[in-house]
Amino acid sequence: MDHTIKITIVDRQDAPMELETPTDMGLNIMELCKAYELPVEGTCGGMALCASCHVYVLSDHELPEPTDDELAMLDQAFFVQSNSRLGCQIKIKAELDGLKLKLAPVSV
Amino acid sequence: MSGGENQGSTGDFINIFQPSMTHSQTIETDIIIIGAGPVGLFAVFEAGLLKLRCHIVDVLPQVGGQLTEIYPKKPIYDIPGYPSVLAGDLVKNLLQQIDPFKPGFTLGERAESIERQSDGRFQITTNRGTQLQAPVIFVAGGLGSFEPRKPPIDNISEFEENGVEYFVRNPEMFRDQRIAIAGGGDSALDWTIFLADIAKELTLIHRRTEFRGALDSVEKVTQLAETKRINLVTNAQVVGLQGNNKLESIEIQHDTEGKFSLQVDYYIPLFGLTPKLGPIADWGLGINNNAVEVNTLDYATTTPGIFAIGDINTYPGKLKLILCGFHEATLACQSAFKIIHPDKKLSFKYTTVTGIEGVTAS
Repeated sequence: MDHTIKITIVDRQDAPMELETPTDMGLNIMELCKAYELPVEGTCGGMALCASCHVYVLSDHELPEPTDDELAMLDQAFFVQSNSRLGCQIKIKAELDGLKLKLAPVSV
Repeated sequence: MSGGENQGSTGDFINIFQPSMTHSQTIETDIIIIGAGPVGLFAVFEAGLLKLRCHIVDVLPQVGGQLTEIYPKKPIYDIPGYPSVLAGDLVKNLLQQIDPFKPGFTLGERAESIERQSDGRFQITTNRGTQLQAPVIFVAGGLGSFEPRKPPIDNISEFEENGVEYFVRNPEMFRDQRIAIAGGGDSALDWTIFLADIAKELTLIHRRTEFRGALDSVEKVTQLAETKRINLVTNAQVVGLQGNNKLESIEIQHDTEGKFSLQVDYYIPLFGLTPKLGPIADWGLGINNNAVEVNTLDYATTTPGIFAIGDINTYPGKLKLILCGFHEATLACQSAFKIIHPDKKLSFKYTTVTGIEGVTAS
């Protein structure tokens, strides 16, 4: 059985990139971006504590609701929109095939 | 818990050491450790076993680095011997472990520059002018120094210290002033409650309707708003700043009601702290992808006498783990000894054999 899906990440220059990713390695979006060397810091290592993996969800995939920790962190982030999520909190699963995300701007 | 929230919050965080007084005299020691995170703290222990004195400098007002600042209540599972330990407890334990060696601390100050002196020792100067001298430096800076998250408003830097304040250092400066606080976490709530009595007029601006801070604080702020002692503006963000040299008004964008202007003397954005590499990048050390390059023999940098340990360093196979940082600190101390005491021979001893002076086994 194939455990690979495709996720599109639009970078901060609006260039889309289709990334192949395994679904059976427990990866999240932040880790996927780092693995492809996209400009995502992932400073806190995936604890929803830094917002450096802030993304906008562009496709209409159903994602699990954000946790209180994630919402609390988004409260401290900038450029937050209604479709904002933290990449580290989105676990890569088969249902997310075709997911499209955009990297949020980085504040200085 | 909300992350990176210790922007001078009165909330629960470890504050064991107060920021040091400004030192008029130069502090002299064997090893200056930049960064009071777990690796910097443990380096004091390993140095202490070799009878080397240490002085730690950290930009944060409390020790513990990320563990205290970002995730004090998170359990860590990969510290050898601890099936699980809260980050804040690990810091407390490390402090207890290094206490017999009486390290010095300069907290709340950022190491700004390093200069090699004519006698071969280094001099470090902090942003508050404190000077420290030692033959060896350990850079244990983790992710860099924690700085306030600055809202993305184009001209915000023009008003810094001219109406824009990222910390409440001295509440009295806001007495009888018109102030606007932005943010939705504990810092914003705590300072709103505290400054409501001091300010002439206080407006709290938050991007959403709900607050994520401690329930008790949320209730107090709601009550202050209901009794008109503060103005609460939710679903809104500060998007512009105006003034002639000094801040005079802020522009607020409301989700449904559009933009409006508010006259204020001070704007205090409280969006937590975020680490930045900062001055470390300017010290002439080999920097690769925001980390300091070291060899794996003793974690020395390209500058003899300066070592980099913990998350701040990089080498082939590097893993950013606390336990790896402990190992790096231990080996760096061995080489530090040779630099500090070139004529002495170092004999390796186990703590089970020598014990630690002043510590009795429990």
